[in-house]
Order: sequence, then C-alpha cells, then structure tokens
Amino acid sequence: MTADRSGDGEVPAGDDRVSLAVWKFASCDGCQLTLLDCEDELLAVADRFRFAHFLEASSAVDDGPFDVSLVEGSITTADDVSRIHDIRERSAVLVTIGACANAGGVQALRNLADVDVDELRSIVYPSPELISTLASSTPIADHVEVDLELPGCPIDRNQLLEVLAAFLAGRAPNLPTTSVCVECKARDLVCVAVAGAEPCLGPVTRSGCGALCPSVGRGCYGCFGPAEAANTSSLVERLRGDGVDDGRLTRLLHTFNAWAPGFRDQPVAVADPTRSGR
Amino acid sequence: MPSTSSPGDDPAPGDRASTIVPASELDRLIQVLRRQGRTVIGPTLGDGAIVNDIVESADELPWGWTDEQAPGRYRVGRLPTSEAFGFANPTQSFKRHLHPPRTVLFAASRDHGGGSAEVPVTIAAAESAPPALALVGVRSCDLAALARLDAALTPRTGSRATRSWGDGAGATPTANVDGGPLRALEPFVVAVSCSRPGQTCFCASMGTGPTPGTGYDLALTELVDGGPHEFLVEAATDAGRAVAAELLGRPAGAVDHGRAAAMADRAAAAMGRRLDPDDPPAAGRHLDHPRWRDVGDRCLACANCTLVCPTCFCGATEDVTGFDGEPDLERTERHLVWDSCFGSSFSALNGNPVRASTADRYRHWLLHKLVTWHDQFGTSGCVGCGRCITWCPVGIDLTEEVAALARPTTGVAS
Repeated sequence: MTADRSGDGEVPAGDDRVSLAVWKFASCDGCQLTLLDCEDELLAVADRFRFAHFLEASSAVDDGPFDVSLVEGSITTADDVSRIHDIRERSAVLVTIGACANAGGVQALRNLADVDVDELRSIVYPSPELISTLASSTPIADHVEVDLELPGCPIDRNQLLEVLAAFLAGRAPNLPTTSVCVECKARDLVCVAVAGAEPCLGPVTRSGCGALCPSVGRGCYGCFGPAEAANTSSLVERLRGDGVDDGRLTRLLHTFNAWAPGFRDQPVAVADPTRSGR
Repeated sequence: MPSTSSPGDDPAPGDRASTIVPASELDRLIQVLRRQGRTVIGPTLGDGAIVNDIVESADELPWGWTDEQAPGRYRVGRLPTSEAFGFANPTQSFKRHLHPPRTVLFAASRDHGGGSAEVPVTIAAAESAPPALALVGVRSCDLAALARLDAALTPRTGSRATRSWGDGAGATPTANVDGGPLRALEPFVVAVSCSRPGQTCFCASMGTGPTPGTGYDLALTELVDGGPHEFLVEAATDAGRAVAAELLGRPAGAVDHGRAAAMADRAAAAMGRRLDPDDPPAAGRHLDHPRWRDVGDRCLACANCTLVCPTCFCGATEDVTGFDGEPDLERTERHLVWDSCFGSSFSALNGNPVRASTADRYRHWLLHKLVTWHDQFGTSGCVGCGRCITWCPVGIDLTEEVAALARPTTGVAS
C-alpha cells in the first residue's frame, strides 16, 4: 500500500519505496536509534523503505503523507497533543515503539504520585516560565488510534525488522503476547526465580526480548510491559512471601511501564519521591 | 575384557541380559555411544541446576550433586556420596528433541520464470537431518513421557491430521506410515532407575516409576546402598546388548537384582507426593467447582507448567519473511513453534478467546492432561515428574488442586 504523494516535491520520480516516518515525543531516542542499529539489514531496509522523516538519520524531511509512521515517546505537553493528531492524519499506518509511547514511560511515574508539577518545575529549572508541561504523561493510544504497539525499553531490533518485513509481505507480524517465561523455557534457561533468589517479573511480562536478562542470570524488570492476562497481584504475593519488601516491589514495578494497566494498579506503595534510598 | 551376557545364561529373572559394572564404566558407555556417531544428551550441572545437555564424558555428569524440589522452588546441593544420578530429574525433559521449540515445516520461494504461471511459487519441504542422539539418564517418568509425547505427535488413522476433506471424503486415510518423531530420531535410550525422588515427584502413583518400564535400550540402576558403587546394567534391545557387551563387568546375580529391587522399593516409598487415580475423573465432573476460580486467581498464565511438561505438545505456526539471508523477501518459511493453552491466542476464534479467563485455561489444561488425554490417546497425559509443581513461579501443586477439585465440599475459595 503506497500513500498518495501528490504535492510532495522531494520524492524522486520513480521511487516506489514505502515512505517511512519516525517521530519523537517525550523519550530518550533509544527506540528510534534501534532502526539505525539494524546495521546488517539497514541497506536492505533502505532498498524498500524511504526515510521520509527521520531526524536521527537525516535533516531532509518531507511533509507526507506517510505509509508507515513509527512513533516514539509519550504525550507530556499540549503541543504534543496537537502534533500526534497531525501525524495520525498524515499516516496510513501508525506504530508506536517502546514503553514511553505505549505506556507513558518512566516519566509517567508522576501520574502515580501526588506531585505538584508547578512546584517541581520551579525547583528543577532556572527559568520555569519557559517550560510548558502537562500534569501527566500518557500513551499515544490515549490520544489517537494506534495500529500496532511494539513493546520494550528499548524495542527489540528483531521485532522492529519483523514489523517492517510483515508490512512488505502483507502479513500479520509475529509478536507474541505471552510471558518472558516462554522464551526462557524455549532457550532452556534455568529459571532465575525458582532456582535462584532473583525477583523476576518474567511471568507477567510480555515476551519479545529473547529472555535477555534471565540469560545473564538477572531477573526480568518488565521493560516490555505486562503480558496479556498478567496476574501481577499473584506474583507480588509470592515475592512478598520471599521477603521482598514493598519498597523494593514498588521500585520493581514502577519503572518504564509503571502506568501500564496490569502494573500500575498493584497493591504496592505508590512511588514516593521523599522515600529514602535503597 | 568386555563381559557379555546373553539371555541364555542370564541369571536374572526374565530374558534381559544384565551386567554389573563399576561406576568408572559410565565413561566407557558414553564413549561407545559417541563412537557410534551419536550426540550424547545427559544430566550435567549448569547455572545452578541439573540440566540435560550435551555430555562428552562421564566427568560432566553431576557426580555428588542432588536437587531439592518444592512447589515454586528448586535448589541444588551436595550429597555425602559421589552418585552420578543422585537427583530427582533435570530442569527439562527430552521433549525439545522430539518437539523442538522451533521447527521449519516448509519453505516457499517465488519462482522467477520456469515455474507454472498459475503457481509462481515453489514449495519445498524443510531439510531435516536430525542428529543421531543417545539420551542418557532418562528417568522412568521421562521415559514414559517420550512414548506419550510420540503418540500425541504421531498422525493417526482418522485423525484430523490425516483425514481427507472435500473431494477426498471417504478415502482411506494414511495411517502411521511414517510413525512419530521418536521413530524418526531413533535415539539410543539409557534409562536410569530413580534412587532419590524429589518432594514434587509422584510417578509411583501414576504407574510410571520409579523403575523404567519399556522403551529403553539399556536400563541402569545405580547401586548406592553402602555396598560397592556399581551399576546394574540391563539390556532390552539388540542395540542395548551390543553396547553392554563393550562394558567391563560381570554377570549380575540374584543378590545384585535384590539390591536393585530394594532400592526401587525405597524410592517408591520416598515420593513426596501422590495423585489418587480416582480424583481426576471426579474433578472432571465438578466443572463449576469454586476451586477453579481460586486457582485461576493464583495462576500467572505464564505457561511454565506446559513448557516443562514432558508431554505437552501444542504448537502454533508462524510465517517468517525477512530482509536478508534466509528467509528473505523472496522466500518464506512456515515455522512450528511451542505454544501453550495458557495464552489467549491459543483458543482465539474470530479474534476472541473461547477460554477467556485464566481459570478456564487452567481447567482446560488440567482436565486434558489428566482426563480427556485418556479418551484421546488411551493413557494419562501426566507421568508424575512433578516439574509443573516445581517450576510454577507461584508453586501451584497439581496434586493438591486435583484432590481439592475431586471433593465438592472442600477447597472452596476464600
């Protein structure tokens, strides 16, 4: 499916590649850099996709419309709200990439705490009057229709390539929504939770990373967000039974996907900025 | 010099050749199998657990190590003795060799000229040259599971896998021509009687252990009863007898078989758990038991139980295209990957799961495993290995759930 490019003077004649746009909201750029990180496949991708708007790669941009938009980051300003609607209107397919775009990111911790944004602004910035921000950080899907969400902090490069390849083939991408445990067992990794003493969010976290952290003996910290049917409260009860206190549970659950349904509604203490360190 | 025992002069009961070999002969056994060109898979210590992996010498066996298993908990520890098989069972069974986590079913390539214009695509069966395997240290539970998994994966007469639909209705289906994956792999199987069952083990109540039933080439019993550290080696096939003939030992006598039988009795009595055979059918009659909802509240739907289960065989298909290499944009592959009935997509029809709640999925899994497996395959789907109990992150105990579900007046959720 190729969008109408009438009025777009920057597309070379005869260029029938898919137009791809990459957008940034409140985020660290790590997810969109994953596209540049596809080093071995980048030329093959560029053969089929034209980077119509990708500021991390090129300052040459066009106005669209775009066949595919990858959207990184969360909505934290009034300007963001109007910009995402504009991008949606110019995009045939809109894919959000990463925990910020899907769940509000680590900056959504403010949604969970009783924080006075105006006060924080005056504490942090020397010229607070220059800062315009909303009181919340919200996912893209709270504002516009999203066709696909690619999880992770950052996203997995193989899953990104899978989405692009599936788009070209006209098939549904293979993006499992099952738990990280499925990838651990497929790799025959020894469970760090059952056979070790690592608090691990793997059983309630969406797969797709290839069980990266358990493969190096670390517990999953949930950067891919909740698996479908995540029963986080049951896992929390188990971790409490193992002696993990509420402060540590809070820090475990309230990271990149703190505002994701399935993690945010857990019966653990709300992140408290005045809490003493670990 | 190698000692051979032919059925004719075997002093043991039955017609199985049996030999007593010292523990040091385990390495010769492994080397004989390796010289046959086989990759030897057996227990070894890895990442704080006893795992099944490639072993190249007997040094890699977990000598002197044991496991402690409990619901949702696993630890390794040292034994006062230097047993090679002094543990209950490795983290995973041999399932991944019959039913790998990912298998290429076939590939399709776009035909650029040469092919029929109507079908500009070439379909090719996946190239498969499975390695010749020797499975060493197969517990009786896992031995039973090999046969049950094989039966489940074998196309059967009249099954949906082979039945002809449409114009072919009424045609005679192909039945068991190629057999299952076990026949295709033809692994050499060295079973080992269980001497130290775990707290989550219940094979004795399932009739699958602790001594191996059928399906092995060689069965070992590690004699660790205070006497000399020896192995009773029993051969059940020609291949097994040929390998046993390479080992240095002496013919086993009645005393040796008595030692092995006594150890089996002790192992059977040491099972940490049991499953009453009357309970699963009773649970199957209590479909609205409140315990289902209770267990659904605890279950994480993470799928660990189904993945470590040595007989769970479900899979999903994925079509794979890529950018470079194989497959690329001109070539696609269809893969069969592990799936689990605990995922929502497993029962999705028209986009929505038939079994919407985790309680529904747990009920489906447990009743298939313990009840309807009998209707489908003529056996239980459970061999009593206890892995679903140990490796459940929240320690849900299948034996405890079944016992509660069988009794309508108990086990009501809070």
